[in-house]
Amino acid sequence: MESSSNRLFSARDLIGFAVLIAIIFVVLPIALDGFRLNLFGKYLTYAFVAVGLVLCWGMGGILSLGQGVFFGLGGYCMAMFLKLEASTPENTSIQSTPGIPDFMDWNQLTALPAWWEPFNSLFITLIAVILVPVVFAFIIGVAMFRRRVGGVYFAIITQAFAAILTILIIGQQGFTGGVNGITDLRTLKGWDIRSEEAKEILYFVNGGLLIVCLVIAQYVRKSKLGRLLIAMRDQEDRVRFSGYDVASFKIFIFCLGAAFAAVGGAMFTLQVGFMSPTLVGIVPSIEMVIFCAVGGRLSILGAVYGALLVNWAKTSLSESFPELWLLGLGGLFIAVVMVFPNGLAGVYAEHVEPRLMALLGKSKAAAPDSAANETPAE
Amino acid sequence: MFSDYTMNELGAIFAMQGFAGLILFSVFVLMALGLAIIFGQMGVINMAHGEFMILGAYVTYLTSNLFADYLPSVFGLYFFVAMILAFIASGALGLFVEWVMIRHLYKRPLDTLLATWGLSLILQQVYRSVFGAREVGVSIPDWMMGSLPMTDMIEVPINGIFVMVLATGISLAVYFMMYRSSWGLQVRAISQNRMMADAVGINTAWTDRLTFGIGCGVAGVAGSAFTMIGSTGPTAGQLYIVDTFLVVVFGGAASLLGTIASAFSISQAQSIMEFFLSGSMAKVLTLLTVVGILMIRPQGLFTLKLRK
Repeated sequence: MESSSNRLFSARDLIGFAVLIAIIFVVLPIALDGFRLNLFGKYLTYAFVAVGLVLCWGMGGILSLGQGVFFGLGGYCMAMFLKLEASTPENTSIQSTPGIPDFMDWNQLTALPAWWEPFNSLFITLIAVILVPVVFAFIIGVAMFRRRVGGVYFAIITQAFAAILTILIIGQQGFTGGVNGITDLRTLKGWDIRSEEAKEILYFVNGGLLIVCLVIAQYVRKSKLGRLLIAMRDQEDRVRFSGYDVASFKIFIFCLGAAFAAVGGAMFTLQVGFMSPTLVGIVPSIEMVIFCAVGGRLSILGAVYGALLVNWAKTSLSESFPELWLLGLGGLFIAVVMVFPNGLAGVYAEHVEPRLMALLGKSKAAAPDSAANETPAE
Repeated sequence: MFSDYTMNELGAIFAMQGFAGLILFSVFVLMALGLAIIFGQMGVINMAHGEFMILGAYVTYLTSNLFADYLPSVFGLYFFVAMILAFIASGALGLFVEWVMIRHLYKRPLDTLLATWGLSLILQQVYRSVFGAREVGVSIPDWMMGSLPMTDMIEVPINGIFVMVLATGISLAVYFMMYRSSWGLQVRAISQNRMMADAVGINTAWTDRLTFGIGCGVAGVAGSAFTMIGSTGPTAGQLYIVDTFLVVVFGGAASLLGTIASAFSISQAQSIMEFFLSGSMAKVLTLLTVVGILMIRPQGLFTLKLRK
């Protein structure tokens, strides 16, 4: 354990990463048709949020019920750029004011609002996708963590933010597209994102970015910061008395989680072709937590599987038995808290892995590496 | 923004909006009282609180149908029976939920939050399967219809007054339970120091269960009262939950008076702004103000002085 903890990847981590990479880049593309692959591309965008939540919630003990806000802000930034590109004067010549997005025209706006202007540039947009949510997270984080607000209060306040942003987006129809969101997105710098091939390429871009995020998350886990986070989660005061600035670590990890969610949101917009307030509010935000919880709140790889599995179950169940889905999701929330607090990753580490090892003839127990950061104590 | 109105009209506007705010205030108080007991005293996050209210509303709906079918002569009185039934139904469900779920999670507040959210999803689906996805309304008894003219420009709806009276009554009842009964004494003792309460012989497990049950029962009564001013749908409970939590947190979690004061300020701010801005902007501004104040003063308006 001591020797492996200094390296970025232990052998177990490497195998885990390799299996995930194989699944995302080889198994799924071969096994699924274009339509299903696009759906899994959408699920992958949620996995970004789930990975961020593992860092914030599983390791840091900060439960944010407002990840949808960051997902949404990232997604809206991207959607604004794509919408402006789609709203050329030629495309919108039937409007009373050509050259502005259609929903603005429907709401009697005659000029593009000033804060939309920067989103004409892809470069600024890409920066904004990360920067806007991170700055927002930073403000919330500074205000809350400096005053030592945490736990359930933090959860409720972040949930309030999710509610506020949704109401704001729906209310300001002329500026935001209202409840329909920003739809009818066509091209990215002239590249048609609606075609089958584009969706497939975006799926691979998604997978690649997700792996990058996972490596960053792995780095955080293995660094001193990661160990401090777990220490803070379990005994915040002792860490503070040891001379560490607890609030700064919390703010950093919250911002990092927000950045992951924002990347996911921007990729969602590209992959699915729209962004709407239904992805921002309280319900999606808390669903994102369940992706993470199902996968295992302490396992970054587990979170990816959690996001994929829950969403896949949601799609297939609500296709055939829509009334069962809510019951299933509700049951999942309860089960994952009461029966499997460590989610799929916990089940794997406890039951599957030892047998797998035994099967492979290795007597080496798998426990030590996992014991370092298991059992969430709250 | 005031120049378009005469002084007289402006006065009437403020009076009417103020009254609308008072009704909203009563609604908030009713919603928040149950939560103030459960969250404020026990520290349990019950995300299914809205669904307990809706259960009370559906019980009222069923009672009104029963009275209309079998006891039409005393239909005007059904509401009082319904309120008691709503309290019993929601309270019983609360006791059950505490026994099955909550008592295992007292040490993990964040997990309670997720589990009760799951419960709320299940309850929503149950309501949808049993009562249908469409909203149902109860038939309001005749004596509650119409409105009272106060002056020639100001008139107030009777059902609004009724809800206000009800909110006052239930607040008083909760106050007496919390501060004048032995149960209330035990609850407060436990919330201040669980170990000591246990040591002096208070049955903490049973008190916890009873507290949760009573909190849910109060939610049921609140839901019952809501049928007088609006219709009930399976997902209506979820709309209230953020408001309700903010009211309780803003008031200072352990203080009943704080809950009422915060319900008053939030509802008045919202209803007065609603007249001049669009409804959604009024809501956004109110919530932002509340969240902003909470960031500066996280302990809420009123705090209990406690030696930790």
